[in-house]
Amino acid sequence: MTTPFLSVRDLTVDFHTEDGVVHAVDGLSFDVEKGTTLGIVGESGSGKSVTNLAILGLHNPAHSRITGEITLDGDELVRAPKSQLERLRGNKVAMIFQDPLTSLSPYHSVGRQIGETFRKHTGASRKEARDRAVEMLRRVGIPHAQTRVDDYPHQFSGGMRQRVMIAMALVCDPDLLIADEPTTALDVTVQAQIIDLLKDLQQQFGTAIILITHDLGVVAGAAHEVLVMYAGRAVERGTVREVLGSPRHPYTWGLLSSMPRLHAPVDVPLVPVRGTPPSLINVPPGCPFHPRCDFQALAGPDMCRGERPELSPHRGHGDACYLTPAQKQDIFIEQIKEHL
Amino acid sequence: MSEPLLEMSGLTKHFPIMGGLIVKRQVAQVHAVDGVDLTVHAGESVGLVGESGCGKSTTGRLAARLLEPTAGTVRYRGRDIAHSSRRELKPIRPEIQMIFQDPYSSLNPRQTVGGIIRGPMEVNGIAPPGGRNARVRELLEIVGLNPEHYNRFPHEFSGGQRQRIGIARALALEPKLIIADEPVSALDVSIQAQVVNLLQALQRDLGIAFLFIAHDLAIVRHFSQRVAVMYLGKIVEVADRDSLYERPRHPYTHALLSAVPEADVTAEPRERIRLAGDVPSPIDPPSGCRFRTRCWKAQDRCATEEPPLVRLQGNRDGHLTACHFPEDPTSHGGNVILDPALQH
Ligand SMILES: Nc1ncnc2c1ncn2[C@@H]1O[C@H](COP(=O)(O)OP(=O)(O)O)[C@@H](O)[C@H]1O
Ligand SMILES: Nc1ncnc2c1ncn2[C@@H]1O[C@H](COP(=O)(O)OP(=O)(O)O)[C@@H](O)[C@H]1O
Ligand code: SF4
Ligand SMILES: [Mg+2]
Ligand SMILES: [Mg+2]
Repeated sequence: MTTPFLSVRDLTVDFHTEDGVVHAVDGLSFDVEKGTTLGIVGESGSGKSVTNLAILGLHNPAHSRITGEITLDGDELVRAPKSQLERLRGNKVAMIFQDPLTSLSPYHSVGRQIGETFRKHTGASRKEARDRAVEMLRRVGIPHAQTRVDDYPHQFSGGMRQRVMIAMALVCDPDLLIADEPTTALDVTVQAQIIDLLKDLQQQFGTAIILITHDLGVVAGAAHEVLVMYAGRAVERGTVREVLGSPRHPYTWGLLSSMPRLHAPVDVPLVPVRGTPPSLINVPPGCPFHPRCDFQALAGPDMCRGERPELSPHRGHGDACYLTPAQKQDIFIEQIKEHL
Repeated sequence: MSEPLLEMSGLTKHFPIMGGLIVKRQVAQVHAVDGVDLTVHAGESVGLVGESGCGKSTTGRLAARLLEPTAGTVRYRGRDIAHSSRRELKPIRPEIQMIFQDPYSSLNPRQTVGGIIRGPMEVNGIAPPGGRNARVRELLEIVGLNPEHYNRFPHEFSGGQRQRIGIARALALEPKLIIADEPVSALDVSIQAQVVNLLQALQRDLGIAFLFIAHDLAIVRHFSQRVAVMYLGKIVEVADRDSLYERPRHPYTHALLSAVPEADVTAEPRERIRLAGDVPSPIDPPSGCRFRTRCWKAQDRCATEEPPLVRLQGNRDGHLTACHFPEDPTSHGGNVILDPALQH
């Protein structure tokens, strides 16, 4: 079996805070292949951003403890020296955020910023870098790229600024792009443009993408595989079709039945998940979802509160829940499906 | 349908933009709301959708008369309150309440939850039978909070619970109309559904009318009996829910609906429209039809003549559209890609 392009194994990220240890990510494993998109979904605070900052080596070692393995194209990253991570960032791995202004400086033209990133990693001349910047702006669909290359970030609208950030992230043709809620701050019509753009660029350049979002709709339209996170752990994993079409974990059911649909019958009531997500300082023992789960009686409450359930099966469509496969299938068909 | 509770007509709000180095003077104005006609009937829920900056919140604040309009009328139970004084507004204030997106910023952090909910009753000198404290406990129960939490402070609650506190406060005066401005936009989906269900129960059980403002078309569809779509300060289409979602006529409504990402992996392919660019500035909105700079059907007439909001042939009563070249009521499954990056 070939090794996956990106492989994360048993990743754990703890933060030491005044209130106690925050278990932000706990035993997370996943793979991403070239040319594919992994969608990571989960509600706020479930550990999505922390996971991806760990891949980029951006956690401050003074306040965090990271264990496990992250292998990118054969290179181990968790224990890699700073200089190696710096070389990787921008070159092999790039990241885009919800707010483009966190990665764009207000004091330099966008052309200069895109060009500098290019020069840093390729040693290109100023002229080459500028030409590259124009090419990138054109590639991400900015009209009049030749003149807009000299404009400053504030001279662009929100959607156009997001494109500029994508241009900058992709300037060195990275193999892995991490997009952390890239469309959350955008209006739907602009969100649709940006998602299409990412898909389009991936098709042309074979980039692997990790798309972090809280919106299952975005995942359905843009990802190949999905990882559903809850309280710093993976509770379900599989292809988009598997996880959204025949979900198996009670939390995934809850997410799906909470969502109003544009094309379902209008009188289908929303079924929320009761309660609120746990504190990551005191994660419930066993299945972290058990305090909010309506099905633990079926699995046996001692099970759900005892050992922590692992994702199973190990490959393909897996979920971390003690219900039997037959129970999951029956519950989904009899109780959940009608709400989707 | 019942009598109109709130009738906005020709409603306009322009915000001045001040400039000048030494003497401040008005250099331009934001056309935030520009001639909006919208009615909310008693007990009805009307949704207002559109992208950010199109004037939804301003419309909401005009409806609640927290803002005074530049032009137009706001009739509440038949009386024009567009320019009423504070004193004239006082008796109707309790009847129109607002719920905001971020309940935290509207809750006094130093006040207990009980105090917050009791506040409006005290200000308005309302003494419910059984006393204010009992009423507060009752309200906490209605919105699904533990009445024991009377003495807690807002920071001790999660986002969804704070939104419930805001709702309890809005209910304290038994309003007839609630203007809910993005009430669930800041909440995670699992919590969003809890709050939407609560609001729906209030509308149904207490007969409260809602002006429900949101940018999420699926939530608006779920919550509203009638829906208005706004673009750059104007209503471009308004209809009963089914007409708007099943037979939209305005190109912008089509574009909005087709842009909504859907979690349904088994659905058949739908209409796919990708607009180019962003919404133009409301400081200098396009002439004629404001959508024309992003519209694939635009012709010369769209730049010179503003399309009126009217009932088009083939549409149900109350389904109004502002477009010179509306889409066919049965058109579905088309493909319009205007984005230059995606055109190859
Ligand atoms: N530097 C930090 N120090 C302490 N706690 C942190 C830090 N960064 C994130 N956290 C906590 O880790 C948890 C997961 O956060 P995050 O990954 O940002 O969630 P999300 O899924 O919303 O992206 C949250 O509870 C957050 O408060
Ligand atoms: N107090 C104000 N002064 C100046 N401009 C304002 C003010 N309030 C809103 N605006 C502007 O009016 C337009 C409409 O805003 P708003 O009603 O908040 O839109 P929405 O709620 O649809 O996002 C925006 O361009 C906004 O910047
Ligand atoms: S393991 Fe138990 S508590 Fe967790 S989701 Fe499954 S049934 Fe519910
Ligand atoms: Mg995050
Ligand atoms: Mg608003």
